[in-house]
Amino acid sequence: MEELATLVSAVFLLIGSLFALVASVGLLRLPDLYTRMHAASKAGTMGSCMMLIALAIHASDVGTVSRALAGVVFFLLTAPVSSHLLAKAAYAVGYRLHSSSVRDEMAPKE
Amino acid sequence: MTTVQDIFDLTVWVTLAILCLAFFITIFRIVRGPTLPDRILGLDMLVAIAIGFIAVVGIKTGYALYVDVAIALGLVGFLATVAFARFVLSRGKTEDDILTEARMAASQARNEAKAARKAEQRSGTAAKAEPGGAASRTPTGGDR
Repeated sequence: MEELATLVSAVFLLIGSLFALVASVGLLRLPDLYTRMHAASKAGTMGSCMMLIALAIHASDVGTVSRALAGVVFFLLTAPVSSHLLAKAAYAVGYRLHSSSVRDEMAPKE
Repeated sequence: MTTVQDIFDLTVWVTLAILCLAFFITIFRIVRGPTLPDRILGLDMLVAIAIGFIAVVGIKTGYALYVDVAIALGLVGFLATVAFARFVLSRGKTEDDILTEARMAASQARNEAKAARKAEQRSGTAAKAEPGGAASRTPTGGDR
């Protein structure tokens, strides 16, 4: 049982770090702010949450497990709020979408 | 003979290596990032990766206290992103706007300087006699 928990924790660590890597590659490769935000705020949060879940699986006492899960819930709540706020501020100020974007729902109607 | 603990130790090292790679890629985006919101987004991503680092180090060392550090770092990162978003909103212009304003101000200053020089030159030639015109043009009109 102990070994199974260790193995599951290792798998979660590996998957979480790969999510973080994919998020940073998306941050590097995507063309404009809004698509980069799509990569960073979803895959990046997923990566750090999975690594915290791995910590929760690996830890033995209830206090550590509950704090790690509280951290996961906290990140899942705050990451969308902060990135949505940043995207809204950037759009309101006038940072334009990349020319390959197909649709701008928030554009003012003529 | 490989045990489960060996596999786990190897996984922790591989995870740390992958996180290092992700960290450097994100730093590259922050340094390069053409606009301010790109850099803020990179900072947000950097906080997420640092939380992952802390979780891995907490597993590796066995200190339960690292979880509290991760939660506090998440709170600080959230507040920093919100504050930067408010700053972008209150600044109210993009990098292109700032560049255009600077170019317009520069060209306006250039035109004003040119006009002032021309007026000065005209008054100088009017005040002096005919041979003074060539001498007064040399120091003022030489730079453009």
